[in-house]
Amino acid sequence: MPGAAVLDLRIREKRFTGARPLPVLRDVHFRAAPGEVVALLGRSGAGKSTLLRIALGLDRAFDGGVKLAHGRVGVVFQEPRLLPWLTVAENLRLVVTEGVPEPDIPALLAAVGLEDAASRRPGELSLGMARRAAVARALAVDPALLVLDEPFVSLDRRLASGLGALLTLRARRQRTLVLVAMHDVEHALAIADRILVLHGAPAGLAADFAVPARDDVAGVARVRGALLHRFAFLAAEEPGPGAAADPALASGGRA
Amino acid sequence: MIGMPAELPLAPGLRDDAVAAPKRTVAGLRDRALSLLVLLAVWWIGARLAASPQLLPSPEQVLAVFLRLLRSGDLPFNIAITLARVAVAFGLAMVVGSVLGYLAGRSARFDAVIDPWLTVGLNLPVLVVIVLAYIWIGLNDLAAVLAVAIAKTPTVVVTIREGARAFDPQLDDLAIIYRLSRRRRLRRVALPQLAPYLAAAGRSGLSITWKIVLMVELLGRPNGVGFELNLQFQNFDVAGILAYGLSFAAIMLVVEATLLQPWERRANAWRCRA
Ligand SMILES: Nc1ncnc2c1ncn2[C@@H]1O[C@H](COP(=O)(O)OP(=O)(O)O)[C@@H](O)[C@H]1O
Ligand SMILES: [Mg+2]
Repeated sequence: MPGAAVLDLRIREKRFTGARPLPVLRDVHFRAAPGEVVALLGRSGAGKSTLLRIALGLDRAFDGGVKLAHGRVGVVFQEPRLLPWLTVAENLRLVVTEGVPEPDIPALLAAVGLEDAASRRPGELSLGMARRAAVARALAVDPALLVLDEPFVSLDRRLASGLGALLTLRARRQRTLVLVAMHDVEHALAIADRILVLHGAPAGLAADFAVPARDDVAGVARVRGALLHRFAFLAAEEPGPGAAADPALASGGRA
Repeated sequence: MIGMPAELPLAPGLRDDAVAAPKRTVAGLRDRALSLLVLLAVWWIGARLAASPQLLPSPEQVLAVFLRLLRSGDLPFNIAITLARVAVAFGLAMVVGSVLGYLAGRSARFDAVIDPWLTVGLNLPVLVVIVLAYIWIGLNDLAAVLAVAIAKTPTVVVTIREGARAFDPQLDDLAIIYRLSRRRRLRRVALPQLAPYLAAAGRSGLSITWKIVLMVELLGRPNGVGFELNLQFQNFDVAGILAYGLSFAAIMLVVEATLLQPWERRANAWRCRA
C-alpha cells in the first residue's frame, strides 16, 4: 500500500506534571510514509526528545494519539544505552526476537565500521563507537520505523556523514521511515526528504518543508533560505558535516 | 563508562571488601598467619593461667577432643545435619526474599502492601519467631527450617528491593521498544542489575542463617551443632564447645570464601571493566 503512513502523530498538548506544569508541545500533527527521511529540527529544549518518546509509545501521558503501522521499531537514544554486561554482538542479538532468523551481525557491525568490536564490551568503547553500535542494534530488528535522537552529536565529520548516508540508504532500500532529531540545518538538507521545525513556547510544528532532490540546487537553496529566514536560530548552529563544502556527500546521500 | 547512565550505587556490604578488596599479597598472607599465631599463643597462655583446664582448655586439648569427635563420627554427623538445615533455610529465604523484593522494588503497590509485614518481620526478635514456630508447627525440622527462613527473609527482601529500585529506567525503555520477551528481560536486563544485590544478600544471609540455625537447634532439635553445644554446656565441657563451635565456623568461612565471594566478584565484574 504505497502512501500508507507508518506513523500518524497527533499531539494536541503535552505537559509534564511537576512544580510548573507548563505545556511543552501543542498542536503537533504529522504523518510520515515508508522510505521517508524526516529531520526534526528545533532549539535545544524545544521538545524534540519529548516528541520522539511519544512517537515511540514510551510516553502516553499526553493529549492526543499516535498510530504506528505494524512492524518493528529501532531506536538510537541520545545516550547509546547498550547493556554494559553484554558484548557488542550480544547487544545486537538481544533485540532479535527468539525464533526469527538471526540477522548478519558481522555485516551490520561492518556497516557502522565496528567489524572489530563484536566481542568487546560497551565500557571499552568510545562514545562514538557506542553510538554506532546502538545504530547497528536498531538496524538488527529490520525496523519499519527508525528513530534517532541527535545521533550526530559528538561524531566527527567523517563519521557523521557516513551515518547520514547509511540512514538515507536504509530509507531508499528497505523503505524504512527514518525520523531523526538534529540541530544542523545543512546536514538536514543533505540527508532528509522532509524537514520539520519545532518552535515556540509551547512548541508547535512551525514548519514542514519537503526537501527537493539534491541535484535541484536552486530548490534546495530556496528551502535553506526559507528556513534560515524564519528560524534565525538555525543559522547560529555550528556548520555540520553536511555543509555545502562537502558536495560529494550531498550527492552521495541521494545516489 | 559508556553505555552506563551513571555509576550505579554499589550494593550494601560491597563497598568495604568485595570491590575494593586489597590485593592478597604475600606480605598480607604472612601478616594474617602471624596474627592467627598470636591468637593461638594468647589462648595457650590464657589456658595456662586459667584456674582450671575445664574453664579454658588449651589448644592441644581442644584438638584432642576434636579428633575424638571426628573419629567417633559425632562431629561429622552433627555438622552435616546442621549444614543441611542451613542450606534449606538459606535457599528458602533467598528464593522467597528475592521474589518478594523484586516485586516490591518494581511495584509501588506491592511495596505498600508488603512494607508493614517487613517492618514487623525486621523488628520481631528471632527468638520469638523460633519459639512460636515450635509451638504452632511442632518440635520438628519443618518448624526449625521455617523459623530460620522467616527470620532471614525480610533482610533479603530489603536488599533485593533496593536493587530493583535502582534499576535503570533507560533500560526499561529499551526493553519495551525492542519487545524483549519476559524471559530475556529477566535474564539479560534484570538479573545482571540485581546480581550484586543478590550476592550481597547471599553473603550476609549465610552468616546470619547459620547462627540462627544453631539457636534453633539449641532450643528444639535432638541433633545438630546447636544441640551438641547445648549438651556440652550442660556438661560444662568447654573443650567440646570449642571443638564444635570452631570447626563449624571454619566450615562456614570456607563456604563463604570459596563459593559466595567469588560469585560476588563475578557479579560485579562488568562494573570494574572500564
Ligand atoms: N521528564 C520531564 N519532566 C519535566 N520536564 C521535562 C521532562 N523532560 C523534558 N522536560 C522539559 O521539556 C522541554 C523539552 O525537552 P526535550 O524534549 O528534552 O527537548 P529537546 O530534546 O528538544 O532538547 C524542556 O523544557 C525540558 O525541560
Ligand atoms: Mg533532546
